[in-house]
Amino acid sequence: MTAPGPSVEAAGPTVGAIPAVIPASTRSLRWLIVGMAVLLVVAPFVFYPVILMKALCLALFACAFNLLLGYSGLLSFGHALFFGGAGYIAGQAALVWGFPFELAVLTGTAAAAVLGLAVGWLAIRRQGIYFAMITLALAQMFYFYCLRAKFTGGEDGIQGIPRGKLLGVLSLNNNLTMYFVVLALFLFGFLAILRIVHSPFGHVLTAIRENEPRAISLGYKTDHYKLIAFVLSAALSGLAGGTKSIVFELASLTDVYWTTSGEVILIVLLGGLGTLFGPVVGAFVIVVVENYLAQLGGWVTVVQGALFVVCVLAFRRGIVGELSRLLHRPL
Amino acid sequence: MTTQALFSQLLIGLINGSFYALLSLGLAVIFGLLNVVNFCHGALYMLGALVAWYLLEHLGIGYWWALLISPLVVGLFGVVIERTMLRRLYGLDPLYGLLLTFGLALIIQGVARNYFGVSGEPYDIPSQLTGGKNLGFMFLPNYRAWVVAVSVVICSLTWFVVERTRVGAYLRAGTENSILVQAFGINVPRMLTLTYGAGVALAALAGVMAAPITRVSPLMGADLIIVVFAVVVIGGMGSIFGSIVTGFALGVIEGLTKVFYPEASNTVIFLIMAIVLLVKPAGLFGRTT
Repeated sequence: MTAPGPSVEAAGPTVGAIPAVIPASTRSLRWLIVGMAVLLVVAPFVFYPVILMKALCLALFACAFNLLLGYSGLLSFGHALFFGGAGYIAGQAALVWGFPFELAVLTGTAAAAVLGLAVGWLAIRRQGIYFAMITLALAQMFYFYCLRAKFTGGEDGIQGIPRGKLLGVLSLNNNLTMYFVVLALFLFGFLAILRIVHSPFGHVLTAIRENEPRAISLGYKTDHYKLIAFVLSAALSGLAGGTKSIVFELASLTDVYWTTSGEVILIVLLGGLGTLFGPVVGAFVIVVVENYLAQLGGWVTVVQGALFVVCVLAFRRGIVGELSRLLHRPL
Repeated sequence: MTTQALFSQLLIGLINGSFYALLSLGLAVIFGLLNVVNFCHGALYMLGALVAWYLLEHLGIGYWWALLISPLVVGLFGVVIERTMLRRLYGLDPLYGLLLTFGLALIIQGVARNYFGVSGEPYDIPSQLTGGKNLGFMFLPNYRAWVVAVSVVICSLTWFVVERTRVGAYLRAGTENSILVQAFGINVPRMLTLTYGAGVALAALAGVMAAPITRVSPLMGADLIIVVFAVVVIGGMGSIFGSIVTGFALGVIEGLTKVFYPEASNTVIFLIMAIVLLVKPAGLFGRTT
């Protein structure tokens, strides 16, 4: 029996529908995080650090995106704007203004937060499906701006961004040193999101995801909460994007194009919406898959599309979501 | 600035507007009944053009037959998509429909690119419609006049079917309350399938008509769909008439921007969207929900 959903434009209560979770015992959660950190510390001695850095940047980006979709139920189809936008600003800061590494990344992050404020302020006026279309359209507008603007270098992007020195002493040209700096930034972002999600603020976000009218009736100004969540998510996406452009010494149009917005959605969907570790697992899986498929050229998009279809039709909980269901505990 | 250039940009704007109107019309009909934002609308528009090109290149079937066959083929493809995939998502959050059709768009565009290359192929204007008329103040190519005329006719026809016929009454009733309509003995699942098929057939028709104007290329629908989304946000998806008017109007505004301030021609529709969101968040013709 197929009955279509009500045709009202409702904020979706079913997005990221993880079963009502019992609060994770903090101790075992702590051990899982320590375990992940240990794995990531050992990883560069086994795998090529550059690939790992790419995965870490994408993982942070995906965690930031998950804060919005998984925990607040807001599907932004324009997150490339913040990721790529911060990449351009950080690149400009490091290359042209001569900022040191940490200041350049910080500038990129701040720029993403400001962009997030502007976009979020416009987009939260509509809900559900319209929210997705508006963010997509605004990101596309930004893409056209970047295509024409002088400082972005158009099709060439900003090339030869210097990695510089950390705090003016530690040269980042060594990949291993760079890796540990990226890892530190990733862990900072990951823990920040953990803190946000488990704070009273985070619980209000979850309430908005589950039932916005009810949250309003309880006296919460849901628009404020949504806007703050949007800005936080944009800023953390900017942290990821700014770091990425400096690590790879390149800020390019690809990172502001809608394909990147689609990719981060896929990562979160594949890893598990509204799970803590899902975006990280998703990012590593996608990076590995893309790395293996690189020689197939044009088929990468087809595989991505097929993953989307499979995830939506048969695997809505994602990898970590399924694991979490099997183990009867939130992950 | 000559009036010649002004009018020719206006005409291009009107042409683009025709495509916006046809595409946002299909999106509105599909969204109204299925509650699905059809992200692969742009990819199916491209597929429509591709099928027309294939018919001509490999089977020697010309434009006029393609105008009929291509929407049928793509419409059937849409029926298959609805029956096998979209159907499973009814009752879930509409965002899943958006994500599924986004995935389908990636697949369709990716496969087309692998078989077809990115550069695209030209498609000739049918011999009956080559040439043009000199109207005194401007030169009007016959083919472009034809495209505008056809899309006005198709849009009016769709409006008539949805707003003034019995089938349309079922459709509108289904939009309001599909369970009740089903209780009256109307086969709603079949109606949903056919609506989706008809909506994407409109996209394919737009694709065939676009083929002689733009090159037939795998990515011709990729950026277009985002503009159409903005058109839909501006117009509000509630009304058929609204999406037609908004589509044409925005095409013309975009054309005028190309004349007076070309730097903004890519972004003007998105800017208008931002302004409309500030002033009337439900869209110009939308109902507040």
